[in-house]
Amino acid sequence: MELILSLGIGVLTGSGVWLLLRPRTFQVIVGLSLLSYAVNLFIFSTGGLRTGAAPILEGGRAGTLAMHADPVPQALVLTAIVIGFATTALFLVLLLAARGLTGTDHVDGKESGR
Amino acid sequence: MSGWMDHLTIAPIVLPLLAGAVMMLIDERQRTLKAAIGMASALALLGLAVLALTVADAGAAGVRVYRLGSWPANFGIVLVLDRFAALMLVLTGILGVAALTFSLPRWQKAGAHFHPLFQFQLMGLNGAFLTGDLFNLFVFFEIMLAASYGLALHGSGLARVRAGLHYIAINLSASLLFLIGVSMIYGISGTLNMADLAGRVADLAAEDRGLLEAGAAILGLAFLIKAGMWPLGFWLPNTYSTLGSASAAIVSVLSKVGIYAVLRLWLLVFGDGAGESGGFGGMVLLVGGLLTVGFGSIAVLATQNTARLAGAIVLVSSGTLLAAIGAGRMSVTGGALFYLTSSVLAVAGFFLLIELVERGRGVGADVLAVTREAFGEGDDEDADDGGAGVAIPATMAILGIGFLSSALLLAGLPPLSGFLAKFAILSPLLAAGPEVAVTTWILLAALVLSGLATVVAMTRAGIDAFWASPAAEVPRVRVAEIAPVLLLLALNLALTVQAGPAMRYMEDTARSLHAPQDYTGAVLSGLPVAGGVR
Repeated sequence: MELILSLGIGVLTGSGVWLLLRPRTFQVIVGLSLLSYAVNLFIFSTGGLRTGAAPILEGGRAGTLAMHADPVPQALVLTAIVIGFATTALFLVLLLAARGLTGTDHVDGKESGR
Repeated sequence: MSGWMDHLTIAPIVLPLLAGAVMMLIDERQRTLKAAIGMASALALLGLAVLALTVADAGAAGVRVYRLGSWPANFGIVLVLDRFAALMLVLTGILGVAALTFSLPRWQKAGAHFHPLFQFQLMGLNGAFLTGDLFNLFVFFEIMLAASYGLALHGSGLARVRAGLHYIAINLSASLLFLIGVSMIYGISGTLNMADLAGRVADLAAEDRGLLEAGAAILGLAFLIKAGMWPLGFWLPNTYSTLGSASAAIVSVLSKVGIYAVLRLWLLVFGDGAGESGGFGGMVLLVGGLLTVGFGSIAVLATQNTARLAGAIVLVSSGTLLAAIGAGRMSVTGGALFYLTSSVLAVAGFFLLIELVERGRGVGADVLAVTREAFGEGDDEDADDGGAGVAIPATMAILGIGFLSSALLLAGLPPLSGFLAKFAILSPLLAAGPEVAVTTWILLAALVLSGLATVVAMTRAGIDAFWASPAAEVPRVRVAEIAPVLLLLALNLALTVQAGPAMRYMEDTARSLHAPQDYTGAVLSGLPVAGGVR
């Protein structure tokens, strides 16, 4: 499980960084989205990975972190998802505005002289 | 202490939130009403900030902790009001009033939703200064940034959209770094509360220490991108030069938020009480700051455009602050805080002044005219008389005096407060002992040379604006536009005259930053202080 999660985060981050460095605005926004998925998974993993642990409390026993999953990273990841979604939407609007104003989807607003 | 006073700590966040939310409900055409609400809120915020400053200046009892929902510090989110936070609140309050007044004759009409965005900007800034929780800091950073994206694009136009695209992409990436840093720190230390974290760093196991420092470094990277440290600050002059001047004046404080976060967290977490991790990264701040001053000075000399010049000056002031913080001495930090105050006021004043000066030369006015056309506002008024208000006499003389004072302040020449600030940074470094470190000499040279570069560039820009283009018509400047500039300059003058009391406050602030027992003690004490039954 650790291996799958770390591979997933790694592949998402790698693809995200590569796309972020591409010259087209659409590639940049997809890259940022992939990166934010990777970061969200990463935040989730900081609580420690556990299979089959109770979400908050298990019946009949006193709650300690040894028995249930850490709820704080889950709360953090929820906030991060919401904020990431909002900022991505905002970036998308700007991307369309730039496309309309400059007539190109290059990040610098003009085609590089090839 | 009355019950209402307990809520002083959260009032600077709630007030602009409510004002902004109410404005969203009001029709966009009711601009006067919106401006009135915005102005009332900005003035009230300034009043609250001054009140907070007097409360915070009361020594150990001055640290006010506001526990949201009365949860103890390590479970709930806390807001903390101390001297440093109060100082930044006052600066934000002053800039808020000044920039809003400036925007009334013209800028508020350049696009939609200026006033709500402005309130949310103030809310994000105040929240970032007040919060005592790392993840909450992230949330307020995002509020502040989201509002600044809107303000950066206010007035639209090709250059603004192009620079805004870069600005947003960079800040979104920085936010991801922020999240990675925060979650690493949480994963290792098990807390998000800054004061709690400070207490836990010293007792960390040796194998965890490296990971915590890596997390802190990634977090620091996010702050340093905001502050514009070389090589992370290439976006800054570009973005700032395309901002509308009212937006620029308030957004220019964003780079100082990065500085605030570095200063607060670095001294709290990696201060003297951090055991083996003490002073981690200080060298990076010092060297990075010096490189930023160098890069900024070259940029100052190289730019032809006055607005880009202001952006480059922001870089120089960020670099100076980072280098002074990196020195890691209490007396130097006091000087750095004085420099911060002086430069925030001077830079904001300069951003406002630029537009007035440039207006006569037609550059800024062209952009504005185009955007006003796009929003269909330009038809009903004469193009030269784009707004209400009384024009001032002797325009060029007043603008010239303003420009000259700004130059003195930004370059750090006597007799104004810019000089005192640089002196306050350097004097304790040089007086530290018989052996003066090499870095101190480099810092001295960097400060003097960056001042020289600023003088050269400002002189060139001034000659260009006032003497070399006599054909340009005298700009029509309204009282509401020049008043904020003069207010900011007058505040700097007051800072010069009252340097003694101001410096005393800065030194007390530096002392409580370097020895944060009052801060951590107040946050971690289990007693419910506010929001609960007393």
